[in-house]
Amino acid sequence: MKFSEQWLREWVNPKINSQELMDQITMAGLEVDGFEPVAGKFQGIVVGEVQSVEPHPDADKLRVCQVNDGTQVVQVVCGAPNVRDGLKVPFAVVGAVLPGDFKIRKAKLRGQPSEGMLCSESELGLSDSHEGLMELPAEAPVGAALTEYLNLNDVAIDVDLTPNRSDCLSIKGIAREVGVLNSLVPEAPSIDPVEAVHSEVPDIRVDAPEGCPRYLGRILRNVNLQVETPLWMQEKLRRSGVRSIDPAVDVTNYVMLEQGQPMHAFDRDEISTGIVVRLAKPAERLVLLDGQEVELTDQTLVIADHEKPIAIAGIMGGEHSGVSVKTRDLVLESAYFEPIALAGKARHYGLHTDASHRFERGVDYELARDAMERAAKLLMDIVGGEPGEIVEVSSTEHLPKEYTIDLRSGRLADVLGLDIDRTTVEEILTRLGLRVDKLLKNGWRILVPSFRPDISIEEDLIEEVGRIYGYNNLPVTEPTGSLGLRLNDEATRPLAAIQNYFVSHGYQEAITYSFVDPKVQAQVDPEREGIALANPISADLSVMRTSLWSGLLKTVAHNQNRQQSRIRLFETGLRFLQEDQRIDQQPMLAGVVVGSQTPENWVNGRRAADFFDVKGELEGLFSLLGIEIGFIGSRHPALHPGQTAELMRDGEHVGWLGTLHPQVQKNLELNGTILMFELSLNSIVTGYVPNFKEISKFPEVRRDLAIIVGEDVAFADVERVTRKHAGERLTALRAFDVYEGESLGEGNRSLALSLFWQHPERTLNEDEVHSLFNGVIDALKDELEATLRS
Amino acid sequence: MENLEQLVQDGLTAVEKADSLQALDQIRVEYLGKKGAITQQAKTLGKLSAEERPAAGQKINEAKGQVEQAINAKRSELEHIAIEQKLAGESIDVSLPGRGQDLGGLHPVTRTLQRIEEFFSRAGYTVEKGPEIEDDYHNFEALNIPSHHPARAMHDTFYFNPGTLLRTHTSPVQIRTMEAAKPPFRMICPGRVYRCDSDMTHTPMFHQIEGLLVEKNVSFADLKSTVEEFLRVFFERDLQVRFRPSYFPFTEPSAEVDIEWGREADGSVKWLEIMGCGMVHPKVFGYCGIDAEEYRGFAFGMGAERLAMLRYGVNDLRMFFENDLRFLRQFR
Repeated sequence: MKFSEQWLREWVNPKINSQELMDQITMAGLEVDGFEPVAGKFQGIVVGEVQSVEPHPDADKLRVCQVNDGTQVVQVVCGAPNVRDGLKVPFAVVGAVLPGDFKIRKAKLRGQPSEGMLCSESELGLSDSHEGLMELPAEAPVGAALTEYLNLNDVAIDVDLTPNRSDCLSIKGIAREVGVLNSLVPEAPSIDPVEAVHSEVPDIRVDAPEGCPRYLGRILRNVNLQVETPLWMQEKLRRSGVRSIDPAVDVTNYVMLEQGQPMHAFDRDEISTGIVVRLAKPAERLVLLDGQEVELTDQTLVIADHEKPIAIAGIMGGEHSGVSVKTRDLVLESAYFEPIALAGKARHYGLHTDASHRFERGVDYELARDAMERAAKLLMDIVGGEPGEIVEVSSTEHLPKEYTIDLRSGRLADVLGLDIDRTTVEEILTRLGLRVDKLLKNGWRILVPSFRPDISIEEDLIEEVGRIYGYNNLPVTEPTGSLGLRLNDEATRPLAAIQNYFVSHGYQEAITYSFVDPKVQAQVDPEREGIALANPISADLSVMRTSLWSGLLKTVAHNQNRQQSRIRLFETGLRFLQEDQRIDQQPMLAGVVVGSQTPENWVNGRRAADFFDVKGELEGLFSLLGIEIGFIGSRHPALHPGQTAELMRDGEHVGWLGTLHPQVQKNLELNGTILMFELSLNSIVTGYVPNFKEISKFPEVRRDLAIIVGEDVAFADVERVTRKHAGERLTALRAFDVYEGESLGEGNRSLALSLFWQHPERTLNEDEVHSLFNGVIDALKDELEATLRS
Repeated sequence: MENLEQLVQDGLTAVEKADSLQALDQIRVEYLGKKGAITQQAKTLGKLSAEERPAAGQKINEAKGQVEQAINAKRSELEHIAIEQKLAGESIDVSLPGRGQDLGGLHPVTRTLQRIEEFFSRAGYTVEKGPEIEDDYHNFEALNIPSHHPARAMHDTFYFNPGTLLRTHTSPVQIRTMEAAKPPFRMICPGRVYRCDSDMTHTPMFHQIEGLLVEKNVSFADLKSTVEEFLRVFFERDLQVRFRPSYFPFTEPSAEVDIEWGREADGSVKWLEIMGCGMVHPKVFGYCGIDAEEYRGFAFGMGAERLAMLRYGVNDLRMFFENDLRFLRQFR
């Protein structure tokens, strides 16, 4: 809502300056979004009168004019198309300064002397209009300073109203607030009934009273729409950000800005027969005032004649039935439309108008008649005409009812944390127009006025008292009450511990969008379809991620394109899977690693990170979490077929680790060997709470063994067989060497293992260990065709 | 017995000249070993009378001790020299950089959220999480934003179908938590939220952190202290805070919170909007099955990126999601 400060001050004029006024209403909840002077900064502009216009001898487009500035007549060369004899126009005399510090000097234009400049609106910073000179009314006093004549010492204030405060979408509403804040009573222009001078009335039928509980119409005959809207009205409209169109439209807009009631004027000759307020019929079409043709839906409330829709109710009129300079008879509309009936309708047609903005938020349902009288009076003053009777069609059943709300003083004090004295509360409420209907033992019964549809419960009244009293005048106290602390789940590690682990291992955390490019996702997770957004912001952010890899790989590309070769990233967040009708949102942990394992240094240069580097880091994480994870050789469509591990915990899949498939890498235009992992966080965060075991006092026994196995035998197989046969006293098993070489024969490799045994209560004897060790060797020979390496 | 004195003199001279631990050991054997020259002197004791023996024996022992002491002293000296020599060969250039992994870093948004979580955890708030693909009911309806409500237009919502959407705020987590348990509550819910808007100052995804406290006796004054304390702790300074009446469908009364952020040209305080808050709307309690006559609550919410931008001086919101390493590394 944009309004002129001067206009507001005509209603209520507190003794505070503009800035104080704006601060005051901001702190009352009507946030001032901005303000600007209503004109550019200029001086030396007066009302000038063009006394004669002659062609310029040497230029087709220029004219030589004689202009009276009130003290003398000077010659001015002018190129504006609308310059003519007798025109009153803003005149910058020699020595004047225009916005942008542009000084007017004596000049010669194509040889003709010119002393001063005739100005357009845009040259004075009044509007963007370049349509020639600004034309002032014929009665404008020649020689008067323009600033005074147009009252330009004014500020246009833009208030960003919250959707509940529809009552402030008018000068009347803002004046009410300013009155409350300054203990002043606003002075409203008086509204008296306009007497009918003829008996012609519009024929109005409301078929949809639930959407339109009240509709008023009135005929104004024999108007003259060829007259200009008076300058004072044009200026108020302009300062409110509304363009002047013609007197009929201007007056309806003026009343809307002043009173808050959107109105409409129809050309009576274009409405065949009467007015019907109804829902649109399927496939009905209407050409709107802005020229666009829309197909109406059957949920749209329309104003129609007996044949066709002529306006979308409360949103926009039709082109055909609108007024024009030729219009002789007007039908004025002033109605109350239900917010729910209009909700979302304007948006559906891609529209947002001053009227729809107000009706959607709720217009005062008792305002229509006052607005009708006000508009008729203003119109008659400007365009003449003969008013008829107002026809009102109302449905009491569907109109909002007057209601009361009880405000308990105890509740007020409890919620605000302060016991405000009764007189102050009553004064605040009364000034806001909230009448005390009845004094109660413990508070007040408040009658809510028709202009405050946002007030529906006790808390709304509490807020009104609080905001006018001033939130910043309320006390500050510490909340009390039991903390009710929850049990501390020690086995589950906080996410921060995992994040910090990766940070200390050189990983940078990334946060990528949860919606990704379906093309990238098809590369990293081709077997799943991401859940698609109905209204994505762009095609490359259109499906929900099924894996965090999509975003991370895009981040790798972004950084590789910026000369970053060593990239280690991790991310935590949800992935989104569609499982039949169910959407599964799983917290995941993922990482990508490319480039040297450590920052390039003087010892081991720039050895590229490999599978076992990342695996080691994950194993470190699993130790931190206190969990055991198996790495099983497997296949994943996005990963290198020979370098992929499926991660398992107690037989359940928990994630993947592998090298990005070279083909996918090429498709995504990425460089280097890229290692990636992704784990389900819920599967790994819970480990165990340590449970002390007695430390054995007896020595540990170690035996080493080197075996040759086929390369298809995994270490995991060797480990499994070994553990099975090494007995319950085995405390550790480690691989300390892996070797492949010609001497072992094609397709073979050697693994060297250390086995450790220890008994908690006694020293293990040589024979026992020997027997277990041999048992392991025999089992490896039997089950994995291993041979002992000599 | 002159012989003994001579032997000691010879021994001491030899020790003095010894230039290595081996040479010294040789000397020790020569004089003090089982067959060493001084040890051998003891054998002469038998030729002496019983009266003379103790004095002579003592002399031999003294001689032994003298040489032994000299040897020990020399050994220490030689060992010291040997260590010095070894160390001299082991010098390294300590100014060369250390090797191994460097440190990564948390994303500035995570870092910001962690600081906020820490503050509220200390005040007894739990950290709650919830789904990001939400239903209309939890994102709007239960927060007193029915389908026709104009406030819906303030949330440019991403939809999957008419009833399913990406949450536009973390408030649905409050609803879900209140549905699942009984008051009192103290919780915060940090997380990703989504709005269909992308330009210089909007990204389609960002992070919010909201808080909720529900007690039998809590007031707007308590909310004020919580917000003021939080802002003071977060920005690590005393700053002016003001509460400006505003509107959210799920709180009543509602306020925007502005903080002092520098000065205007005319010297007046420059205010910056930082968060929204208010007392939980009774209808929201109603949806969650909580008696609004018995319990009251306050809630507040803020954007993590905005706080991170102010805290770290980041001037472009979009940088948070480009994940440029040159940006991210500045926050470790």
